[in-house]
Amino acid sequence: MKLDEKLIGLLHEKFGKENITINDSVDETVCTVDKSILFQVCLFLRDDESFYFDYLSCITGIDNGLDVNSIEVIYNLNSIPFEKRITLKVLVNRDLDSDGNCSVPSVCKIWKNADWLERETYDLLGVKFENHPDLRRILLPSDWEGFPLRKDYKLQEYYHGIKVDY
Amino acid sequence: MSKSVQYIYKEDNLAKSEANVYKESDLKTQEMLINIGPQHPSTHGVLRLEVVTDGEIIVDVVPHLGYLHRCFEKHAESMAYNQTIPYVDRMDYVAAMNSEHIYAMGVEKMLGITDDIPKRVEYIRVLVAELNRLASHFVAIGTYAIDIGAFTPFLWMMRDREHILRLLEWVSGSRMLYNYIWVGGLYYDLPVGFEERCKEFIDYLKPKLRELQDLIVENKIFVERTANVGVLPLNLAINYGISGPMLRGSGLKYDLRKVDAYSVYPELEFDVPIGKGEMGTTGDCWDRTYVRMQECWESAKIIEQCIERLTTDLKRTRDFDPQAAVPRKVRPKQMDLYFRGESPKGELGYYFRTQANKEIPYRVKVRSCCFVNLSILPEIAKGTMFADLVAIIGSFDFVMGEVDR
Repeated sequence: MKLDEKLIGLLHEKFGKENITINDSVDETVCTVDKSILFQVCLFLRDDESFYFDYLSCITGIDNGLDVNSIEVIYNLNSIPFEKRITLKVLVNRDLDSDGNCSVPSVCKIWKNADWLERETYDLLGVKFENHPDLRRILLPSDWEGFPLRKDYKLQEYYHGIKVDY
Repeated sequence: MSKSVQYIYKEDNLAKSEANVYKESDLKTQEMLINIGPQHPSTHGVLRLEVVTDGEIIVDVVPHLGYLHRCFEKHAESMAYNQTIPYVDRMDYVAAMNSEHIYAMGVEKMLGITDDIPKRVEYIRVLVAELNRLASHFVAIGTYAIDIGAFTPFLWMMRDREHILRLLEWVSGSRMLYNYIWVGGLYYDLPVGFEERCKEFIDYLKPKLRELQDLIVENKIFVERTANVGVLPLNLAINYGISGPMLRGSGLKYDLRKVDAYSVYPELEFDVPIGKGEMGTTGDCWDRTYVRMQECWESAKIIEQCIERLTTDLKRTRDFDPQAAVPRKVRPKQMDLYFRGESPKGELGYYFRTQANKEIPYRVKVRSCCFVNLSILPEIAKGTMFADLVAIIGSFDFVMGEVDR
């Protein structure tokens, strides 16, 4: 599959060129979207009659490291009726301390499986999802410290009195 | 290693690490809080369910996962691509060949060597992956039968699965976790005489499949127990990202082997069975099991075609080297790639981010089909009878190794 010109044109027209950046990847349309319009873009992509991205495959969080100081959240969307694919990327600041940083609007209301996928991203990378109905840890125990897939992650020394690092 | 204390006792060490979401004070008078698992045979591994019931009607289910979390994604960040394959096996441990196949294809696509893989290697890969798909569906159907109270089919399924495991052991040297499909090739060629033995097995299997279909899938007791139970409507299934036999059970002809047409699947002839609600409503537990049973027939068909090709134009030759295209060093360009394929349980995907000129990926994310399929459990289970919960869980066919990774 090649870059989908029609889809990109439509997105640019609707949300403005400055908010949606296109980059070429192996075989897909990859858009970097500003986080303030992520929810609207997702809703548009799902409901638009000529694309109908009704299937959310995967949500990936990637920590870009301390130098770049950002975390990427990546959404892989599929359209079952038109057999199309698109990848959305959102960049957020990775600092956890201040408000509004490291948070992305939740898309749970659009695709229901985003619920668990977002919880997993929160669990392993510490990305907060705004308006998520139940943002708890999912794979790790609820009282685990830190977010393991961050590049500067350090193991806690003891967990419930048991030495962690062996 | 410095000397350090292995365990320090404190009073609050005994606090629960995964507390219940519902508290007793939140419940209404008639409601009950029941805990199932993690060590419960019908949860197929270590899954804990917190169930709120009103009499026998389920009000809510809260799954608690992570008891089998083995940090796959963290491990993958510190290992070369080819070293990750044994870990990939251990995610979905009843269908390791399929996971390996998809992983190897993903890495090959990043290296741009997809077209260099010899045809014989591709056919052997599909052959072993389909054998493993049969084994996985046998476990699914067999354990489902035992969940809802039929013991015989389980033993029959295990007997036939044993043949497959022995075939795969002959190929790779191990029964469950193979490390057979490598990036760019295979560990070994098929052993001498394998094709004939495999053909014999398929000839043996076909009457047995018929027998099993009569014994369980079309059995009146089984139909009464599963038809109209745990109905999953198609629009909900798509919205929840359900894939594999569960999605097809809800009536959508969607198989990534056809949609993405990867490997040599376009050259092979097979159907995509879907649930039609023959015994009850489309998308009920019976439909899901029926789809799995029909897929066994399709896999047998694919295996026959593979053997046909492997004994005629792609015959074994003295100088055939299954490792000919295996790269010395796996060093893809810097890129992001999401690669997906159809594992027995659904859409298994890998999201790779590579580093320029490095053998170690920056990030590997697994899109686990079982994880996503399991997330619909509360939605389906709400409002059903408590006894049906086990029937619903069993029909999902998840492996906790892949849910927790």
